[in-house]
Amino acid sequence: MPRNLLELREVSISFGTLTVVDALDLEVEEGEIVSLIGPNGAGKTTVFNAITGVYKPDSGAISLDGQSIVGLPPHQIATMGVARTFQSIRLFQNMSVRENVMVAGYGRTTARPWQSIFRTRTARREEREEREHAEELLSFFGQRLVGYRFDQPAYNLSYANRRRLEIARAMAARPRILLLDEPAAGMNPTETQEIAALTSRLRDEKGFTVLVIEHDMHVVEGVSDRVVALDHGAKIAEGSFDHVATHPAVVEAYLGKGAAATK
Amino acid sequence: MSIGVDQWVETADSRRVEPDGWWGRGSNWWGSIPPWGRLGIVLGLAVFVPLFASDFVVRVGVNALLLALLAVGLNVSVGWAGLLDLGFIAFYGFGAYAFAILSSDQLGIDLPTLVAVPLVVVATGLLGVLLGLPSRRLSGDYLAIVTLFFSQIFLELALNVDRLGVDLTGGPNGIAGVTPFHLFGMRFSSPASYFYLFLTVLTLVVIALYFLERSRTGRAWQAIHDDALAAEIMTVPINRLKLVAFASGAAIAGLAGSMFASFQLGVYPLNFQVQFLIVVYAALILGGSGSLSGAVLGGVVVAVMLDLLRDPGQASAAFYGVIAVTLIAKIRPWKRLGAIVGGAVVLGSVVNAIATSLWPGAFEGDAVSTGPLASFLDSWIVVPTDPVTPGNWAYCALVACVLALPLVHGWKRDALVVPTLYLAAFVWETRLVGEPSITRQLLLGALLVVMMLGRPQGLIGKARVERV
Repeated sequence: MPRNLLELREVSISFGTLTVVDALDLEVEEGEIVSLIGPNGAGKTTVFNAITGVYKPDSGAISLDGQSIVGLPPHQIATMGVARTFQSIRLFQNMSVRENVMVAGYGRTTARPWQSIFRTRTARREEREEREHAEELLSFFGQRLVGYRFDQPAYNLSYANRRRLEIARAMAARPRILLLDEPAAGMNPTETQEIAALTSRLRDEKGFTVLVIEHDMHVVEGVSDRVVALDHGAKIAEGSFDHVATHPAVVEAYLGKGAAATK
Repeated sequence: MSIGVDQWVETADSRRVEPDGWWGRGSNWWGSIPPWGRLGIVLGLAVFVPLFASDFVVRVGVNALLLALLAVGLNVSVGWAGLLDLGFIAFYGFGAYAFAILSSDQLGIDLPTLVAVPLVVVATGLLGVLLGLPSRRLSGDYLAIVTLFFSQIFLELALNVDRLGVDLTGGPNGIAGVTPFHLFGMRFSSPASYFYLFLTVLTLVVIALYFLERSRTGRAWQAIHDDALAAEIMTVPINRLKLVAFASGAAIAGLAGSMFASFQLGVYPLNFQVQFLIVVYAALILGGSGSLSGAVLGGVVVAVMLDLLRDPGQASAAFYGVIAVTLIAKIRPWKRLGAIVGGAVVLGSVVNAIATSLWPGAFEGDAVSTGPLASFLDSWIVVPTDPVTPGNWAYCALVACVLALPLVHGWKRDALVVPTLYLAAFVWETRLVGEPSITRQLLLGALLVVMMLGRPQGLIGKARVERV
């Protein structure tokens, strides 16, 4: 049986008197694609923030491959193998497309400033590797982010290309698990379909385990091995897409009380 | 549907437009030269300066190189890492004082230059780490306020550490009699020798930073500048990198400080006031914050400008020159330009004729400017016998006119330009040219305002987009 790569146990987070995540248990197995769904304000992004170390949970345990990551600084958690994208795109706008991706190689590389200044063998090798790796990752999206686009500043990109660049950047951190926060938000139907195909390719071709927050049910249906539904910070359903989509608690959370009965 | 087939991308090259005009072609040509070639061309021109120029010009050059070095150091923390560091001047001062103490009679220590300078650079870098520790969690304006405080603390210390039993800083008198640099058996005394030394140091620092900018460290700094949270999520230890940026900037400032102390043969508290911090910032912003070559260019331009404006004759030439260039560049067609200049000449002559005939004796003053323009100016501008009060009023009127210019349009604006020109010349001759120290600051400020309005990225900086 595959082991849990990511495991959350009884994780609770509250802001003041408001409980945002309520004793949440969540497991993601190695090689799985798990979708996190729920209405707006259900606490999905807060879960991501807790996993990546942006927020420290008030209680509970979070472990990556059996090792606790609670209380570690975000850059350390990222270096250990957790990378994410953001719901509201947060690229390094004034850096080139290639540089955006190369930044995420910081945790893997070792050259100290003086090594870079004197261009030692290590520094040059790492630089070359990161550059090639970045260009390879960018070619994952076809021709959109390659060629002259390598040197364009990120702010020049279209909205959909910014989302793609964010995914490429997250991949460059060499994660074991990739957290995608609404990758299809704001995309047109064709692009949404493409994101769904891409999410599967991330696992099948690149070998990443994926935890994805998504509102588009076609995407969720298409990619998920397992679906977890949240409402008010608590897990209300878990299982296959069909199971969760028809679960009365989920229908109620999305549509309100009584909706399940009239269906 | 195949992923990634994108018509727009495929045909992008056919839509590309080559830059046009002499400026576009020139910058295209300059950009096509590899970085080493560009550095070689600039250095090749720079080494000839001391061969053909007077001692005064070489001194200006030394000041320019020093300011360029400071701007380059400031660029590390401000331009790259985005840390608004107003304590920079404290590092510069610390470096200068530390070198002065280590190589003068102040404490009877006189270390060889090759020992003293590295010691000072390392010490200033450590000071940068020390001051960075409490500040690294601050950003933006909070960081600015805290570091501004460091600048003030340094100045207070420099002024008062003479009363602690040992006279460390010389108090308000500073430390005179600093030993000049002596390296490899050579003693640096002439401005030309300092020019070559500073040029070498600046070149080495710029080359080092050029490589650093393109390394993981440089990229991480720029990522922190753009979005610190995203950088940290992307494996960048932001607190450590902020400290490194702070310390690197500080170390360069310390180096510049020891060079300054040796060149000036002394250090005085007045050298390290906030005014000079503003000059360094002005240089960086004018050249282009975030751009290495921009920082160098900004430093040279601002230093040369400030030294040029010391001399009234050169200041006048620069003042009227800038006005003439602006008029020629901004006002088209030629007929319009002719009308405006003609209008200004007529206005001046009429005012002159009326004023001298109505109140003979009240306008006995002379235009301060000399040279070919002087006789024209004397018959054009009415200079009152007592120029101070009218000059002040005219200055207020000039500011009002300049502020009103963008508010009116068409022929009204052209009509307003005429009295504005006359007032500008009047204020210059009656008030500004006589007080070069104030005028320098005013003109520097005006230059920055114009720059920020017309070209916010600086002379050769790249325009930035801020996350909203």
